[in-house]
Amino acid sequence: MNKRIIYELKGMYRDSFRVTGYEYGTGEKSVCIVGSSRGNEVQQVYCCSLLVKKFKQLENEGRIKEGHKILVIPSINPYSMNIQKRFWPVDNTDINRMFPGYDMGETTQRIADGVFKEISGYKYGIQFTSFYMPGDFMPHVRIMDEGFSEASVAGQFGLPYVIIRKVRPYDTATLNYNWQVWDTQAFSLYTTTTTRIDQNGSGQAVLSVMNFLAAQGIIKYNVPQLLKAKVVNDTDMVSVRTSESGIFEPLIKAGGKVTTGQPLANILNPYEAEVIETLYSPVDANVFFIHNEPLTYANTAVIKLVQ
Amino acid sequence: MVKTITSVGLPIDEILEIKKNRIMPDSPSGDMKRISIVTGIHGDELEGQYVCFGLQQRIMQEKENLSGIVDVYPAMNPLGIDSVTRGIPAFDLDMNRLFPGNKDGNMTEYLAAGIIEDVSGSDCVIDIHASNIYLTEIPQIRINELHEDRLVPLAMEANVDFIWVHGASTVLESTFAYSLNSTGTPVLVVEMGVGMRITKDYGNQLIDGIFNLMQKMGIWKGNTKEVKKPVISRNPDDVIYLNASTGGLFIPAARHGAKLKKGSLIGRITDPLRGEVLDEVKAPADGMLFTIREYPVVDEGSLMGRILKKEACGYE
Ligand SMILES: [Zn+2]
Repeated sequence: MNKRIIYELKGMYRDSFRVTGYEYGTGEKSVCIVGSSRGNEVQQVYCCSLLVKKFKQLENEGRIKEGHKILVIPSINPYSMNIQKRFWPVDNTDINRMFPGYDMGETTQRIADGVFKEISGYKYGIQFTSFYMPGDFMPHVRIMDEGFSEASVAGQFGLPYVIIRKVRPYDTATLNYNWQVWDTQAFSLYTTTTTRIDQNGSGQAVLSVMNFLAAQGIIKYNVPQLLKAKVVNDTDMVSVRTSESGIFEPLIKAGGKVTTGQPLANILNPYEAEVIETLYSPVDANVFFIHNEPLTYANTAVIKLVQ
Repeated sequence: MVKTITSVGLPIDEILEIKKNRIMPDSPSGDMKRISIVTGIHGDELEGQYVCFGLQQRIMQEKENLSGIVDVYPAMNPLGIDSVTRGIPAFDLDMNRLFPGNKDGNMTEYLAAGIIEDVSGSDCVIDIHASNIYLTEIPQIRINELHEDRLVPLAMEANVDFIWVHGASTVLESTFAYSLNSTGTPVLVVEMGVGMRITKDYGNQLIDGIFNLMQKMGIWKGNTKEVKKPVISRNPDDVIYLNASTGGLFIPAARHGAKLKKGSLIGRITDPLRGEVLDEVKAPADGMLFTIREYPVVDEGSLMGRILKKEACGYE
């Protein structure tokens, strides 16, 4: 294992901003794994820390195959994590909207550029990332519909779902999108949580990366019998929306099965505890996502279902 | 007449309403032009607040000269303005990345769609921004090159100092201006002054420009002032960006808008802990300092200013 500083920026009064990477093996740049890019992505750092430990063990046991290099970067944004702010401390920009970066540009463009120079050129790129809405997810792999990351390859992670995301204009500056522009097959891994550590979810994330690396012949590891992942276009998911704002009372959990007409959640009047709205399932489906904050706004897709 | 164009209930006993004020001639005719003044998409930009106030004051003083419709939308992001927040609070989203919105989308997309629906069909829209809290700008209009032909002639009438025609970018396709410009409603994006402050001179300058535009459009019959002839830049090489070579405290030395000689001092990046100068920021070429850093703390890479090269400005 080789621990080294990937990128560094001097602070005025703070310690230097450092992006630290862990390298394993030598040879072809096979896979790069990136953890948090936002200040609240704690689970994402934690998943990477488990991988750092696991790869150290695999390396010591000679189970990283000859000719493969693996790079893990647990966080590309420790500055934001340390002050518990989602985006860049000074100007609130999102590093994951700055790729491929620009070395003569603004601070987060420079960080994106400095990091991207180190993490591009890999055959596969895996990013642990988060959704901007607070909620519990079914763990899944996300790929973009433009580009050449294939659903069948994404299935090698062994997670229950592969989501194909229709590219929106603002996606074009994300790491996932730009990896693909520069010939890296990119996969975004969504684990169960963001701001809290979920042991089971992170364990599953680590195993899924192991499954993938074993399938690609990068590590020696006996992959268990995997279920075939369900491939879903994000535009085909059924969103259940609130029409009222209020207290959100979920009646189901992510991963559960629901039937048509089943009550999924109540919205309560926050002063009078009356149920002002009940959300019902429009279809027979699995619960893919559920909002997990106590309050909700109107018009919010608090539940997403896959058929 | 004040009207709520879209609204949504918030969780705890509050309704979020986006409002406009429509001013009509006392005796309206059937075929009137309509100008819309929009601001407050970014909650920390307040220069447009003064323009909304001042414009209406002056219209009401000579109401008999009004011959078209003026719609004033002072607060597209009311929660942001009332909480000193640039984006939409709670969502941490830049409202100017949500357009055209979606009636069936989430709350923010729903509001964005309501805004687009109401503003669509205006004969001209002025979307007033005030840079951000970091940078001060001279009054300027920024135009996407895709919409240049239609917008530059309008922008020439708006009494700004500078028209900046910039390249197309996918990321900008979700702005308010792009959404309307690409569907046939012309929007001029004004950037002037600085976040969280009001610069009365700039506000008055733009108000004069809006009256001139209104007169040209047939919305205003009263006298208007002669407008400035703006510098137009279409070439990306006309603009020099000054990014900080190191983090520190930036202390400006040049005046905003100054015509600088190559090598003249713009400011210093300093280290207050040791009392040292870390870098001297100098003009790399002759030109006009149209943007200058307002917020003193800089990181490496932070923008400290922009210079429009002398050749592009066309001054002697
Ligand atoms: Zn703005």
